[in-house]
Amino acid sequence: MAEERMLLQSNEAVGWAALAADCMCYFGYPITPQNEIIEWFAREFPKRGKIFIQAQCETGASNMLYGAASVGVRSINSTSGPGWGLMQEAISNAANAEIPFVIVLVQRGGPGAGTTNHAQMDYISTTKGGGQGGYKTPVLAPNSPQDTYYLVQYAFHMADRLRTPVIILSDGIVGQMMEPVELKKYEFGPLPEKDWAIRGFAHRKGGQRLVLSCAQGWSGQPPYFTYQSFLTHLNEKYPSIIENEQKWETWNTDDAKLILVAYGYTSRVCLEAAQMARAEGLKVGLIRPITLWPFPAKIIQEKVAQGARFLVVEDSLGQMVEDVKCVVQGKTDVNFLGVLARHNPGPGGLIFPGRVLQEVKKLL
Amino acid sequence: MSDTTTKQKVWVSGTPARWVRHPQGGRQCPGCHHPIMERIFCEVLAEMNIEGNTIGVPGVGCGARMAMVVNIDFITVAHGRPPDVASVAKRILPDRLVFTYQGDGDCLSIGLSPFISACARGENISIIMCNNGGFGTTGGQMGPTTLMGQKTTTSPNGRLPQMGYPIHAPEMIAPMKGVAFSARCAVNNPANYQQTKRCIKTAFERQFKNAGLSFVEILSACPTDWRMTPLESMEWIENQMIAEFPLGVFKDVDKRPE
Repeated sequence: MAEERMLLQSNEAVGWAALAADCMCYFGYPITPQNEIIEWFAREFPKRGKIFIQAQCETGASNMLYGAASVGVRSINSTSGPGWGLMQEAISNAANAEIPFVIVLVQRGGPGAGTTNHAQMDYISTTKGGGQGGYKTPVLAPNSPQDTYYLVQYAFHMADRLRTPVIILSDGIVGQMMEPVELKKYEFGPLPEKDWAIRGFAHRKGGQRLVLSCAQGWSGQPPYFTYQSFLTHLNEKYPSIIENEQKWETWNTDDAKLILVAYGYTSRVCLEAAQMARAEGLKVGLIRPITLWPFPAKIIQEKVAQGARFLVVEDSLGQMVEDVKCVVQGKTDVNFLGVLARHNPGPGGLIFPGRVLQEVKKLL
Repeated sequence: MSDTTTKQKVWVSGTPARWVRHPQGGRQCPGCHHPIMERIFCEVLAEMNIEGNTIGVPGVGCGARMAMVVNIDFITVAHGRPPDVASVAKRILPDRLVFTYQGDGDCLSIGLSPFISACARGENISIIMCNNGGFGTTGGQMGPTTLMGQKTTTSPNGRLPQMGYPIHAPEMIAPMKGVAFSARCAVNNPANYQQTKRCIKTAFERQFKNAGLSFVEILSACPTDWRMTPLESMEWIENQMIAEFPLGVFKDVDKRPE
């Protein structure tokens, strides 16, 4: 694809990124606030010879992802709120079968059907393994259309490299945000061959038949002949991801007395708040986690050692703040500003930079 | 199959080439019909010479052991979801044979929505469903095809009207435009065995003709959960199940409607 610039919503940028990443299939079910994604794929995929299916429900859409990943092609779907709950079955099974795909979750208010507006209330269910059985999937949190475009391509590579589902955790504000996006295909290096894919044994080198199983270690199929050997493998896989895959972005943290920690749309709010604070001479910085799992503990630990204090800003009742506290281990104070600090009690309320600044001044 | 005059001779006429032993043993109960149906698959795939171009998607239940004993590629999936997975595999690899092998609980209870949706979309896959009148793997609970009055562990006094009525899947989907072939068979005697084999072969041929979804229900015995001997199970199928679930082909078209 030639480099070009387009004015895009993040939701549409998901589509262009999937195209750049040679994604073959999209499966979805309409749900607000991510409908631009399913509509983009319905419009753009079939005419390029790619596969688009509007599934009967999100359970179906996510199991279709499982099917596409099983035969070894890149596939993606997207959802929000209630649809995310329905997808846990397929994600847990994919974590067991160790197959790669990408799901974009554009967060809305909860719990339950909640609202159709923005929120950041699915941090825990994405980062802690929302389905049964104690698995983990990498979670990437974009905060702009360009970042969405980049991270979706990165997610496909990460999924193939680590043989795991990867979740893009967007939100209603980031998803609907429109900015210029530079379209280009990113290169992330070589990938292992998908020699585990199921395509009929005549199409496999050596011609040996294979079973791809969502009950690895139990079904008596290679490579794990016992349940314990499978669990031993996971016990190496997850810590290795935690050690090697952390990503974050910082702004003015070197001399900061107070560091704001925020992802997604609130990281944009916090950047503005931090700029306002700096203009008033307050030593405020920002850490924006890009990977939510693995949580970027390294940078938090580094700043704890510098003696910085923390203010976590997220549009929920407090989810990521638990991870920050877990890393800080009481060595410094971790404060929280959440959904109750919105400017308006309705579902459209927002945490504004001025409100964050007010909280910063209270702490410094 | 040279000699089919007795049930036993069907069994001793040689092990199919694509048959493998499960490392933990056969796992089937005495009198179970799964090995018979697995054998039919082995025979049909060998006769059509498509074993290496086939992807099987077993459901969750005793039928999933097919992935362990039939020597072709399989994708094992969540309970009830084989039609979703098979639909996509077929769309990505249209030159392969893609079939699901599900139980009545997998296909008509938890998996009713994927099943009907795949029929509605006219997916070019073959769904083979064995109907043993209940949940076998979990110990014989009531299923969507349990007969009225039939005792199970969750209908201890027999299935009553307030528990609902059996689902007749082939008749139900036959009027759907996306369905090309819909039949019900049994494997309780050699004649029915041969008819089942013919139906599975036709189902696969309809798939290769891009005619739409093909579906075969097979009445099958579960002596352990029915608390019967294998022979009593055969009589139960002949006298009770076939009376409720008539055998036959309910739809057969070789062209997709516009």
